[in-house]
Formats: sequence, C-alpha cells, structure tokens
Amino acid sequence: MPWPGGARTMADPLLDIQGVSKSFGALRATDDVSLTLLSGEIHALIGPNGAGKSTLIQQVAGGLVPDAGRILFDGRDMTTLGTAERARAGLGRTFQISALAMENTVLQNTVLGVVGASRRVWRFARSVMRDGNARAQAEAALERVGLSDVAHVRVGELSHGQRRLLEVAVALTLRPKVFLMDEPMAGLGAEGSASMTGFLDGLRSEAPILLVEHDMDAVFALADRISVLVSGKVIATGTPADIRSNADVRIAYLGEEGAP
Amino acid sequence: MQREAVLNTLVFLALPAVAVIALVLDEPFAITLATRAAILALAAVGLNLALGLGGLVSLGHAVFFGLGGYAMGILASHAQSYAPLDLGLFVIEGTKSMPVIWLTAVFVSALAALLIGLLALRTAGVYFIMITLAFGQMFYYFNISWPAYGGEDGLSIYVRNSFPGLNTLDPIQFFGLVFAVLAVVLLIMGRIERSPFGLALGTARQNAARAETVGLSPFHLRLVAFVISGAVTGLAGALFADLNRFVSPTMFSWQMSGEFIVFIVLGGIGRLFGPVVGACLFVLLEHLLSGVSEFWLIYLGAILLFVVLFARGGVIGALAGRGAHHG
Repeated sequence: MPWPGGARTMADPLLDIQGVSKSFGALRATDDVSLTLLSGEIHALIGPNGAGKSTLIQQVAGGLVPDAGRILFDGRDMTTLGTAERARAGLGRTFQISALAMENTVLQNTVLGVVGASRRVWRFARSVMRDGNARAQAEAALERVGLSDVAHVRVGELSHGQRRLLEVAVALTLRPKVFLMDEPMAGLGAEGSASMTGFLDGLRSEAPILLVEHDMDAVFALADRISVLVSGKVIATGTPADIRSNADVRIAYLGEEGAP
Repeated sequence: MQREAVLNTLVFLALPAVAVIALVLDEPFAITLATRAAILALAAVGLNLALGLGGLVSLGHAVFFGLGGYAMGILASHAQSYAPLDLGLFVIEGTKSMPVIWLTAVFVSALAALLIGLLALRTAGVYFIMITLAFGQMFYYFNISWPAYGGEDGLSIYVRNSFPGLNTLDPIQFFGLVFAVLAVVLLIMGRIERSPFGLALGTARQNAARAETVGLSPFHLRLVAFVISGAVTGLAGALFADLNRFVSPTMFSWQMSGEFIVFIVLGGIGRLFGPVVGACLFVLLEHLLSGVSEFWLIYLGAILLFVVLFARGGVIGALAGRGAHHG
C-alpha cells in the first residue's frame, strides 16, 4: 500500500525538505528533492554511491546552502541558517566520519554536548568537569550507548565502532527534536550493528530519525519509510514493502547489489 | 598529570627563589632579569590562550604588547610634562598610577584584538598568520613614522610609575608586583582552560565541525579567546615598558611576536606553565650565551630545532611525560 502522500495523518512534519536542488558545475548533485520526516518515525535515505546523499545531508545540516528549494524545521524556514544555529534549533547530527575532539576524553566530548544544549558556554570561572548536573547528563547518555566503561579514555584511543557510539551519545545530550544520522552502522561489525539497530528502534519515540545507511538489513528492519535517491533524484518513497517491490528501485539500485 | 603539577609548582617558585637569592647576594641585575622573564612569560601566557588552546597562530601579538607599552608611555609622558592629553572629544590628564595604566593597557589592547580578530578570524591557517603579521607591521611602521611620541627613537619615562603602598623603584618590590600579576593571570587562565568556554574552545581547535554540531560558533569562541589573549599581552606590554622605563616601536616588531611563539613552543604548547618555562629559559640563555657569542641566537635556534623535532610537548612535556594537560 503506498504511503498516503500529502494526506497527513499525524502532525505537520518536523523536517520538511521542499524541492531542494544543488549543482556543482554541470553536476546536479541534488535535483528537486522533497521529503518529510514525521514525528515518531525513522525515514531511511538510501541510494548507490554518488547518488547525492552526502550533498543532501550537508544541506539539511547547514554545511551547504541549496540553489533552490526550502528546508523547514518544525515549521520554521532554516534554508540559510548555519550549522550551529540548526543545532540550537534542535537538529542532532551524527557524522559518517567521526567528528570528535580526539585529544579529549569520551566524557569531555559528551559534556560539551550538554554545554552546547544548555547554552552555558560563556562561563569562564567554574570547572565544567566538576559541574555535577552537566556531568550527570553526560554520564547518562554514555550509559545509554554503553560507553560508561571508557568515559575517561581519550577519543583517539577508541575503536572505530566506539566512536560511532560516542557520536550518538553526544547527539543524545542535545535532546534534539530531530536526529540526522549519517551511516551510524558503518564499521560496527555484525554484533554492534544489531545492538545499534535495537537502540535506534527505541530512539524513534523520542525524536524521529532521518537515517542514511548502507546496511540494508538495518534499513529494512528499522525504517517506517524509505526514500531512494538515484542521481540526485528521489525515485521512490514508501514503506519497506513498497520499496522492495518497486520495479524502478530494483532496476536502478537494488538490482545492482542484489535484492534484500 | 601529578608530575606536571609538581613541575609547575617548581617552575613557578623558581622565579621568586632566584629573585630572593639575588637580593641576599646583592645582585640587583639578577632581580631585573627575573622581572624581565616574568613579564615576557606573562605576554606569552596571554598568547597561549589563543595559540595553545584555540589553535590560533597569531604572528601579530606584538601589536597588543606594543599598545600596552605605548598606553604606559603616553599616559606617563603627559604626566611627566604636565601637559594634558587632548583626544579631540575630551581631554584627559596623564597619570603615573600603575593600576590606571594597566586598565588602560588592557582596555586598548582588548579593543584592538576585537577589531583585528573580527577580520583575521574569518580566515584560517596560513592566511590567519599572514593577516596578523600584516596588522603587526602596520602598527610597527605607524609608530616609526609617528613623531608625537618619539617615533623611531622611542620614548623615555624617567621615573617608574607608582603603585599604592610600594616603592616600585626598588627592584625586589617591582619584581614582587610583577610576579603577583603573573600569578593572578595564571590562576585565571587555569580556570578559563577548565571552564565550559575552555572546553568549547579546545574542541573548536580539534574539530570545528564538532563544536558547530552541538550549537557552538567556533568564530565567536575564537574571537573571545583572541580578545582575552590580546588583553593579557597588552598588560604585559605596560609592565615591560615600566621595567625598561622606555617604549619604542620594536615592541611592535614581528620579531617580538615570534619570540612569544618561541617561548610557548620551547615550554610546551597549550600547557599552562609552558610559556613561563619558555620565557625563563629564553632570558637565561640570552644572558648566558650572549656573553659567549654575539651570535647566541644560533644556539637558541639549535635548541628550538631539537624541541620541535624530538620533544613536541616542549620542556614541560619532556619532563612531565605525555598526558592531557587539562581535565
């Protein structure tokens, strides 16, 4: 059954991407892309390499300004806002390639998230690591992703998979309205991938997730809706069952890598 | 971490120890050397906030050092000639009071750091270095060609400025005052490093995208760091001018900026006491080696090369071992 396009059953979308386009020279990296993220759902964005997923994510996160189209966030136009402003507006992003303070400890990285979310950065005299409240929030986030044991380890010494988890923990401290996750499963291994899948499954009730992921098992297990991006265009949006049976998708994408 | 704390305490106490020993042995010149080391250390402690924690390699911090120096020179010269200073909009009296001079130096250099930072911090890397250098050269050549306060020849202040309750002309008393200022600034800098702001600034250095993703603007963080940094270096400039009772455009020279960076690299980048160790070492080598050879800077160069190649954490890093300097 196709998704009831346009007829909203729930509240207005928290994230509303409307006809966004971005070109680099002759290359249309994003071509009139529209998609929405509704409260309580995981909307997965899939597509072959070079389909324009990274470009689209950057436009949603604030690194790139689209040539055309609008990006609404919780009803507010944020097409031209910077990355920091979008984070303050409630966008919790995790990176495909970890972006963390590598010399700092796991706990310091997480406390920074609390500092950013509470807007208490312009304080110069009090020790941030002795702020019991901030620390408790950071420790709670680490507990949720299972990184409590390595709280005092420097990020540079963490495994690749642990850094993915830390990215998620920092995003949790922001208490975002929307999660934007760029390949959270990458490098996790089968076991880690399964536990991350379980974690994200529960997370959607806190805030919806726009999930970009290559791990098709995870995508089809988690997603309420899937959008397929090919050559900068969304060729299909629908439930996992729709996407599986969609002829265009099979030809353009799934057929190349073997149907799931 | 513990070793570094012990080492910091030792370094910190070495300066007053030298001054007291010199007092007992009646060697006032050694007290002056210790004072000079403490003032240069203060200037580099200021730069270290921007460079060490913030990752901003400013080759223009001599601007603030010079502004602090000229704040002292201008105010004191008007006091010594009893001619009020006409600023167009209003007229102010000169002063020989150190607290007033210090406040002026801090304010003027903070304002300059704000304006320079607003422009320079829009760039990064080599461009940032070049813009700060360009500002430094602008101030340097302006002061050479500005005749009102001595131009190229500089400006002499005949009597050291006063501080309530102290005889500042007595070397040990002036040293005590300078050392107290250094101690207070180190305390403040230590706090800033551990504060929410310090954590955010350090993160912006390591990964600007991370700071942005939690809603923090690296530009604003760096600008505030640059202003605090410039203000501290400006304060050091006022003290330096008072030590020498002389200001000249060389305080603005890029070599001066370079020396501050050398102190930091020598002592240990991003370590609270790094600039103190570096400045003490520099003054010591300058004193010892300049007696041996006119070309003593060659030896300094060799030492610096050794530190950069084999002891990245500087002297403190080599002695205290690796490990986070904060947290």
